[in-house]
Amino acid sequence: MQQLSVRHLLGIKEITPQDIQLIFETADQFKEVLNRPIKKVPSLRDVTIANVFFENSTRTRLSFELAEKRLSADVINFSASGSSVKKGETLLDTVNNILAMKVDMIVMRHSSPGAPHFLSRKIKANIVNAGDGTHEHPTQALLDSFSIRQKLGEVAGKKIAIIGDITHSRVALSNIFALQMQGAEVAVCGPPTLLPKFIGELGVKVFWNVREALQWCDVANVLRIQLERQQGKLFPSLREYAMYFGINKKMLDELNKEIVLMHPGPINRGVELTSDAADSHHSIILDQVENGVAIRMAVLYLLASKG
Amino acid sequence: MHKRLIVPHALFQIMIRRLAHQLIETHHDFSDSVILGLQPRGIYVADRLQQTLQDILGVTVQTGYLDITFHRDDFRRRATPLAPNATHVDFSLEGKRVILVDDVLYTGRSVRAAMDAMISYGRPAQVELLVLIDRQYTRDLPIEATYTGQRVDSQHSQRVEVTWKGPDAGEDAIWLLDITPDQEQPHATA
Repeated sequence: MQQLSVRHLLGIKEITPQDIQLIFETADQFKEVLNRPIKKVPSLRDVTIANVFFENSTRTRLSFELAEKRLSADVINFSASGSSVKKGETLLDTVNNILAMKVDMIVMRHSSPGAPHFLSRKIKANIVNAGDGTHEHPTQALLDSFSIRQKLGEVAGKKIAIIGDITHSRVALSNIFALQMQGAEVAVCGPPTLLPKFIGELGVKVFWNVREALQWCDVANVLRIQLERQQGKLFPSLREYAMYFGINKKMLDELNKEIVLMHPGPINRGVELTSDAADSHHSIILDQVENGVAIRMAVLYLLASKG
Repeated sequence: MHKRLIVPHALFQIMIRRLAHQLIETHHDFSDSVILGLQPRGIYVADRLQQTLQDILGVTVQTGYLDITFHRDDFRRRATPLAPNATHVDFSLEGKRVILVDDVLYTGRSVRAAMDAMISYGRPAQVELLVLIDRQYTRDLPIEATYTGQRVDSQHSQRVEVTWKGPDAGEDAIWLLDITPDQEQPHATA
């Protein structure tokens, strides 16, 4: 059987289209496992995984934890708040102490871009990047592409608009890499203050008008406004953002075509999406959540088999 | 590579028909019985048995495909990952009489994994094992077939290959092959 070309999943940039295909094919089988009466397999029975989260997360950590438990791995959770990190311990010391307890894999979220890349050069355990600052969030991008593939049959040739706070999102960059790698056309849309200056150099179209973006695309992947990561005021008010860049059901109904609506969550209801849009038949947001577990099971399974 | 025909086409047909009749003796109208073919090659046996039972009884026996990849005990002991196959079990096994079906019984490890995987679909009332070929004296685990097409004496340096008219574009037949270690295939350890 084909195997992953990497020992760690640090970012989409480091993997190949064949890796993505292999992860999707494996996730297809794990989706079947998740629909059985007993949703658990013993594949990682002898593997211990540490979820090391230096940044708050609810859904990503839960999704990874569930994926690990469905694979029968032993799981430990570490969160930086209330830990020795607050006492000045370095990242490497923290992780080495965890590894000394015979941990085989690390799932890590960190606020600094490149933190898992740094660790991968220092430790032997497999690392899965669960989000590093505003850099990458590879499993989210994989589950997004997987959800598009599930809904539309394939990703190649589809037009996908990523709408919202592109600058402060780690989902945007990983999605752009993953979608382009699979042959999709990608656009970004948002206020100029939330779009990186050189974003066009990644080969994406740029829209400043959300209606034009919706008219162009087959899939709208709407991102959350990352207020907690913004250093200064980048738009006048949430109300104004919602007026100019928020998506509602009326806008979707006015399009004379079917469109798929995605969001990595959590949604700021009434800001990026109104409730009637988020809960409409266009939305595959809950499918994304379900697919997240299968994708993460596939990634962990394939990395663990690399030893 | 030396290759010896151990079950020719004509005998193969008789073997399948005999196994079907043996199943009928125990399961009668199959109202509480289901067939589960083990991926990847046991599904061909399962399909052929289902068709033969349909011809004889005029009933369609519920038949599913079971993949055991995630339940194997040699994960992380192999150089490359095991490729999972599709599982199609769209019925509950709760209280059913299950006939696990595979082409070759060798070490018994696949059957152990299959019993583990099968439990995910409910608690069967009874489980039986049907194989076309029983490579006797090669078992790692105390597992024996309830129904056997033919018993074969073989060495570890040999492999049993079942070819199917249709999927293998050849003829229904069973062969015994001498192999080198690098030619060994995952399903050869069944």
